[in-house]
Amino acid sequence: MSDIGASRKAAIPGLTDGRFDIARILLEGRAFFALIAIIVVFSILSPVYFSLNNFLIMSSHVAIFGLLAIGMLLVILTGGIDLSVGSVLALAGVVAGALMQGVAFESFGFTAYPPVWVVAILTCCVGAFVGLVNGVLIAFFKVPAFVATLGLLYVARGVALLMTNGLTYNNLGGREELGNTGFDWLGFNRLFGVPIGVIVLAVVAVIAMLILKRTAFGRWIYSTGGNARAAELSGVPVRGVTIAVYVLSGICSAIAGLVLSSQLTSAGPTAGQTYELTAIAAVVVGGAALSGGRGRVGGTLLGAFVIGFLADGLVIIGVSTYWQTVFTGAVIVLAVLLNSIQYRSGGRKPSGSGTPSSPQAKAKK
Amino acid sequence: MTAGRDHAIGDVVLSARDVAKSFGNIHALKGVNFDVHKGQVTTLFGENGAGKSTLMKILSGVMKPTSGEIILDGEPVTFASSTDARDRGVSIIHQELSLAPNLSVRDNIFMGREIKGRAGGVDYAEEERQTRLLMEELEEDIHPLTMVEDLRLGQQQIVEIARALSVNSRILIMDEPTSALSATEVEVLFSVIRDLKSRGVSIVYISHHLEEALQITDHAVVLRDGSMTARAPRAEIDLEWIVRNMVGEGFDLGSPPTGHEIGEAALSIENLCVPDKVNAERLLVDDVSIEVKAGEIVCIYGLMGAGRTELMECVAGRLQETSGTIRLNGRTMNGLSIAGRIAEGLVLVPEDRQRDGLVQTMSVGQNLSLASIGAFTKGLFTSKKRESDIVTGSIRNVHIKTDGGEAPITSLSGGNQQKVVIGKMLATEPKAVLLDEPSRGIDIGAKAEVFKLLADGARQGLAVLFTTSEVGECLSIAHRIIVMSRGQIAAEFGPDTTKEAIMAASGESKAAA
Repeated sequence: MSDIGASRKAAIPGLTDGRFDIARILLEGRAFFALIAIIVVFSILSPVYFSLNNFLIMSSHVAIFGLLAIGMLLVILTGGIDLSVGSVLALAGVVAGALMQGVAFESFGFTAYPPVWVVAILTCCVGAFVGLVNGVLIAFFKVPAFVATLGLLYVARGVALLMTNGLTYNNLGGREELGNTGFDWLGFNRLFGVPIGVIVLAVVAVIAMLILKRTAFGRWIYSTGGNARAAELSGVPVRGVTIAVYVLSGICSAIAGLVLSSQLTSAGPTAGQTYELTAIAAVVVGGAALSGGRGRVGGTLLGAFVIGFLADGLVIIGVSTYWQTVFTGAVIVLAVLLNSIQYRSGGRKPSGSGTPSSPQAKAKK
Repeated sequence: MTAGRDHAIGDVVLSARDVAKSFGNIHALKGVNFDVHKGQVTTLFGENGAGKSTLMKILSGVMKPTSGEIILDGEPVTFASSTDARDRGVSIIHQELSLAPNLSVRDNIFMGREIKGRAGGVDYAEEERQTRLLMEELEEDIHPLTMVEDLRLGQQQIVEIARALSVNSRILIMDEPTSALSATEVEVLFSVIRDLKSRGVSIVYISHHLEEALQITDHAVVLRDGSMTARAPRAEIDLEWIVRNMVGEGFDLGSPPTGHEIGEAALSIENLCVPDKVNAERLLVDDVSIEVKAGEIVCIYGLMGAGRTELMECVAGRLQETSGTIRLNGRTMNGLSIAGRIAEGLVLVPEDRQRDGLVQTMSVGQNLSLASIGAFTKGLFTSKKRESDIVTGSIRNVHIKTDGGEAPITSLSGGNQQKVVIGKMLATEPKAVLLDEPSRGIDIGAKAEVFKLLADGARQGLAVLFTTSEVGECLSIAHRIIVMSRGQIAAEFGPDTTKEAIMAASGESKAAA
């Protein structure tokens, strides 16, 4: 994270000289300090909060938001937004549930019971397909990302409801004689004591980090979000990048859907409602700019943990769900406020241009 | 310098005293004195980047000067905002009109200061009556309820003027008011200006159409590189005087590189046509053919709207042509994507580096390497070391003054930012490079460096095609000068031509509409 981080530091005017170092550290590491503060406060308020087991349980909750948030981060880095992730999560769960019940080929007179790994791959394909629709609408038909993904939010949710008639698949265990057991492994099992869901999150996060930091595609994502016109003129396939990030976001949502339905050993079409907002919140709390071009995987993960640990902490000390909503909202507003302080005059400063007409030209576009 | 002082002091309604404006380490204005005379037209001449727009923005309260003062009616004033300036009688009409196209003429004129009727509503009838009066004064037959988007550009300009008059503006600043107008519309505008003069309204006028401006002006003030170089009343000056003071003599931007071999035709553009996006009937680039040989530098000169930018963007692959072919070393480029053309060796350095050239959120190094990521990607991953080699190489080759590749791109001065954009494209090792106004908004020293870079590139066999709207730059490193006017090639010159000849060919006088 060194390079992007370095440019951020210098982007804060007036905070770079020695006297304001503490302010700068607090501002830059705000998600981290917020997480520490949350852990300290809840550990004091509740005796059960500060224990390894509780942290692992909370982390497996965070895994769902974290997976959605990483996909969302890729989209937000390009300057877009993906509102469909919560619905795709539900659709993925339902598709997985349906596949676990067996696929009937009536003309051939038999029912196929695909093994769990095939189910997982097919489910990810469903997520990728929804992302592809989003991406094509946005990149080629110039539908604003907000509207396109809002539409897919409804469509994906509707398809999930249609597939199940509004009911929930409860039997996801599979049967030994059919060879499709093991679905609960994803969410329920633990490896070296760590929930598989958390490990999945870690793997996805590492992949996302590598993509963003070490591949040409990652650089393309940042440049598309930073200035799509300049990126295009530099030979960046901006449309392809746009489609790809929505596909990746769809896949992340599908993985989150698999983990969630595995955790619950049931797949319902109403799962994950408003999760898209939680994911956006995690990205924003993690310091990414909604205007695109700035943000890191590490920050987003911290953001997901801040929101997850705060929500679970409030449950543990018995605060009403209504207050939880208020607290979560307040944290998000605070995060956006701090983002705008950090990025103020950091990015575009018309003064640097020496061409008085360029800010106007920008405003017109 | 003192020619303008002959006028009586009472004559001057608005003046700038030692006004300076700096953006970081760029000095846009360096202590300018400027007087506006009552009931007269004062024209500000100067090349792009001379500081005209900055001075106008300071006079109209859009910007505050770094130092110096504004004197209105003999009293020093500080305009808090452009609204404040407007309330005190100083209005500006921007080059890009600031009307809301989806509203009627009446609503535009009273936007933000609606006339209150009874019961807190808007008194539309009164607004309409006043609008009609204003239109009568301006002798324009525009109905107050016409939508602004239905008006021709010249009429929209009249609406802007009407809006300024409706707040009793005594001083009207017009930034390139004729650049988008047809010849008849210009005539209408000029008669409006004469009428305004007779009513005691003072006009500050900026235009690149020098002869046109000479028709209407009473005083001329010339800016160059942020300083005032000359001022005189109309009677004492002519076109030659303006050009001499605008362009100056001193600074040498280099001469065409010689001593290297001029090769085969590298870039050949044949009969290229590019339509207007809005009005497909109109051609922005009309049957243009240009050939640039390897090692040759060709300059395209033209006014705003001559079709230079569209030509460049089409050749680079951003705009779609309707007909014509583009070849690079004999290979057809038509139909290739921007990325495809970059891979073939045809690159563009765009005109507006903030909008099209730089990714402001990225570092200097990331910007420099953006177009050549493939060169430091092995398999799936990028190589940090090879990238930093490319970046340090570029920083050295194009002489960028920076704290290193990690520095934010916004920390650089305009000239260095421009060198980053050029360096980025040169890092792709192109065969032909297009540069759209590479010297726009950078100071004279940086200009010379940029031109030296291009000359060095040509010596190594690069085909260079660049555009400019500053005539002095045509006579620097270019082997050939092509003048564009209204989408067509109007003339072609060798490096031994004169500024006057180029300006005459560009239609800088009365543009034929």
